Amino acid sequence: MADQLLTVQNLFCERDDRILFSRLGFAIAPGEIVQIEGQNGSGKTTLLRILSGLSRNYEGDIFWRGEPVGEVREEFCRNLLYFGHQAGVKAVLSPQENLRWYAALSPAIDAEAIDHALEQVGLRGYEDVPCHSLSAGQNRRVSLARLYLSRAPLWILDEPFTAIDKKGVAAKENLLLKHAQQGGSVILTTHHELGIRGPVRKINLDQCAGTSV
Amino acid sequence: MTMQTNSVESQRQSLSGLFWATCRREYLLSFRRKSDLVNPLIFFLMVATLFPLGVSPEPGFLSQLAPGVVWVAALLATLLSMDALFRSDYEDGSLEQLLLSPQPLFVVVLAKVLAHWSVTGLALTLMAPLLGVMLFLPADGMPGLMLSLLLGTPTLSLVGAIGAALTVGLRKGGVLISLLVLPLYIPVLIFGSSAVQAAVTGLPLGGYLALLGALLALALGLAPLAISAALRISMSS
Repeated sequence: MADQLLTVQNLFCERDDRILFSRLGFAIAPGEIVQIEGQNGSGKTTLLRILSGLSRNYEGDIFWRGEPVGEVREEFCRNLLYFGHQAGVKAVLSPQENLRWYAALSPAIDAEAIDHALEQVGLRGYEDVPCHSLSAGQNRRVSLARLYLSRAPLWILDEPFTAIDKKGVAAKENLLLKHAQQGGSVILTTHHELGIRGPVRKINLDQCAGTSV
Repeated sequence: MTMQTNSVESQRQSLSGLFWATCRREYLLSFRRKSDLVNPLIFFLMVATLFPLGVSPEPGFLSQLAPGVVWVAALLATLLSMDALFRSDYEDGSLEQLLLSPQPLFVVVLAKVLAHWSVTGLALTLMAPLLGVMLFLPADGMPGLMLSLLLGTPTLSLVGAIGAALTVGLRKGGVLISLLVLPLYIPVLIFGSSAVQAAVTGLPLGGYLALLGALLALALGLAPLAISAALRISMSS
């Protein structure tokens, strides 16, 4: 179990008297890309929030490198990059100011590389423009620039491609593949057809209610 | 051994870096959204203006009323501004990122509250003499007024932030904050306005200021932990 990055055992979650998943179990090895599938309301976001440690409304065990995640919370957070439903971008700040705060927040993020990351996501020339005058897609890109900055091995991405154009999606897919090839792991949800040229494991929550390792 | 000292040193550096980065961000945010900056101050001024109009413009009467009115107005103005403290971070997802940071949460929380206090509480303190003059507060009372507000308003911000953190997940948390937090504001109000009254009558006010300082020390030590825990509970649902 210790050579797995993240191990989930017997996970159970209930919301408003509705069981989202029960006896859910899987393990994620370094270098794996895992896509969580399911209909709207099947609990994809809830699962990602549980895995990242934001939500505690669950029963079951989650292990980080073989240790219960509650006991190694700080180390786990150091190794995690979470991209949530809301992009976490302040509208009155510029992309650069937004990212600078993230760089201070997480020691895994490289402060010098901000300009390079903004160039990678196609926001060169917008560094000093307040985010409220950028488009929805560009705002998502500001947040996605964190992927280029991060050195964390585990990425949990909730709908990372919403409002991103085709070219941007292809670039991000390449980035995910590169991350996996370097030994990192990705857990993501998306309604896009993934065009990643590599193995993508799928976990379907519609069927998964009731499976175990 | 040296490596350990080095890592402790670098950790301390990254903590103070985080503290100042958060302060900087908060200042940038509040100076770009000027309404948040000005609203509590205007409210403070308006409330104090209503008393001469509504009760009596008679100087002797107003000077008796002044310590209490200025303090109550400062308290309500702080309370009014509290709801916005975590609200925008909650709505745009920054709060999630904050909770998932490996850095200790209380550092960021303390930086946020400090930045918030310096644009509300500190600004109110600096504005208070103006209100004192408007309400015929004797000149002897001014140092007492300033000192008591300087020691009292940070406590109000710290305690108010606990309420803000507990209600951030609710859609209409504004009223609930008042219910949660107002009872906890009462000691600060009592000692604060008593300090001003003591200063006006020429009595020593050291005791009141010491009590306000003690409340501040208590809040400074415990509130960041309570705020962090409250934020985790609010985000967990």
